[in-house]
Amino acid sequence: MTALLAIEGLAVSYGRISALRGVSLQVDSGEIVAIVGPNGAGKSTLLSCIAGLVRPAAGVIRFRGDAIAGQPLERTVRRGIALVPEGRHVFAGLTVLENLRLGATIRTDRARVASEIDAYMDLFPILADRRHAPAGTLSGGEQQMLVIARGLLSNPALLMLDEPSLGLAPRITDQVYDLIESVRARGVTVLLVEQNADRALRSADRTYVLNTGAVRLSGASGDLRGRPDFEAAYFGLDLVGGQA
Amino acid sequence: MNAAIQIAVDAMSLGGLYALTALGIGLIFSVMRLANFAHAELVTCAAYALFALSGQPLVMAFSGAIVVAVALAVVTERIAFRPLRRADPTTMMIASFTVSMLIQKLLVFTLGSRPKSLDPVPMLSQAVSIGPTQVSLLKLVTIAVCAVLLLALTLFLKRTSFGLQMRAAAENFTMAQLTGVRANAVIVVAFALSGGLAAVVALLFAAQSGFVQPRLGVPLMITAFVATVIGGMGSLPGAVIGGLLVGVVTTLLQAYLPPDLRPFREAFLFALVILALLVRPNGLFPARGLKERI
Repeated sequence: MTALLAIEGLAVSYGRISALRGVSLQVDSGEIVAIVGPNGAGKSTLLSCIAGLVRPAAGVIRFRGDAIAGQPLERTVRRGIALVPEGRHVFAGLTVLENLRLGATIRTDRARVASEIDAYMDLFPILADRRHAPAGTLSGGEQQMLVIARGLLSNPALLMLDEPSLGLAPRITDQVYDLIESVRARGVTVLLVEQNADRALRSADRTYVLNTGAVRLSGASGDLRGRPDFEAAYFGLDLVGGQA
Repeated sequence: MNAAIQIAVDAMSLGGLYALTALGIGLIFSVMRLANFAHAELVTCAAYALFALSGQPLVMAFSGAIVVAVALAVVTERIAFRPLRRADPTTMMIASFTVSMLIQKLLVFTLGSRPKSLDPVPMLSQAVSIGPTQVSLLKLVTIAVCAVLLLALTLFLKRTSFGLQMRAAAENFTMAQLTGVRANAVIVVAFALSGGLAAVVALLFAAQSGFVQPRLGVPLMITAFVATVIGGMGSLPGAVIGGLLVGVVTTLLQAYLPPDLRPFREAFLFALVILALLVRPNGLFPARGLKERI
């Protein structure tokens, strides 16, 4: 596999607070890669940095071999990276259909976009039923489906999902992860950030454990699930106990 | 009956002018969170362009006014406001005051402060009959122009891809950028539209007032700004309804206040505004996602 996304020595600071410290990771084409860690570990900052929302203090982010750190947001989207941020962020005052159309802003193949929107409506009948309703009136799970579909409509090579299961019932979480699996099956690479480590490990090919802004552990998800040092890395016990 | 028709025409034409001005201000505020006080000078400069081109065919004079207002709007965005996009809203507001004062003083310095008479559309100065009532043709045309422009802008925002992008940017600019909406393009188009609206307002307002002077747009801008606050800052329908409402209330005050109190009409208007904001502090139609900015 070739590296779609390669990050080396990434550092981000908010004033005196160091959010990321020398983070290096790689995402290969066709993979599902998870970044897990507790609240405040720096997971969302990492995705924000890749998307161009946050400018790094140091380090290199390469996408398809090109350095992209610090580029304007809209240029990142045009390169083929879509971010579905935490908290869903539908355009609450716009209709479901308008939200989906916005996802295809950078595309010019209108007929194809229209057929893809129809396909998402078939996949999520609730979106079809509510196509002319304001997106703010959808439930949390429906909004999550909508923002993932919106992200996919930009035709990304890399889809980044920030806490896709946050605040969702287990049944809805399973539906979201089924969707993520189907996205990968269509050839889209997925980088997801999760606090729900168990759920992420079940779906991801590889997982990085992030804590206090640094990668503490990484490897194939199947291997990490059984490792005794996983919980220590996740909860930062290695830092406290000096076992790492 | 006569008086009622007269008042209705006056209210709608004044409200229409306020609505167009408020919409110009609201467009910029919705995408940039900038209360652009220099909007007054877009109106003033467009009116001076009409003055400079008086004697030319109306189409040419009006085209000149549009070019001047749009160019000025886009240039001020590029030079004064773009470098401050990530600045505190207060900083941007002070910058807009600075631009406003700078242009005003430049106009005084180059063209003088004395009013210059201007009648850009003389054929509209006649009266027409609605039943037994004589009403100003200019005011009827003002109402029609405002209605057509509001409809056109609504269609642009609702039916076009760029309009959709502008509405998304108005709701949550960062999320809009994450879907690929180009920040610069949306903001420049918003400024250009606001300049175009200012040119139309300049034509109609100068035709009604009959003169142009360096502070021509200031009272209009202040009242329209109040209208956007009443409507709900950042809400475009709110700006339109706020503008119409202020126009109607102003006309009613003018018509029904005792003659001794009419010079203090604005005081009554702003007292009503304060009352309205006490009841609805975020305006009649609060915009979504007001915290989001670039």
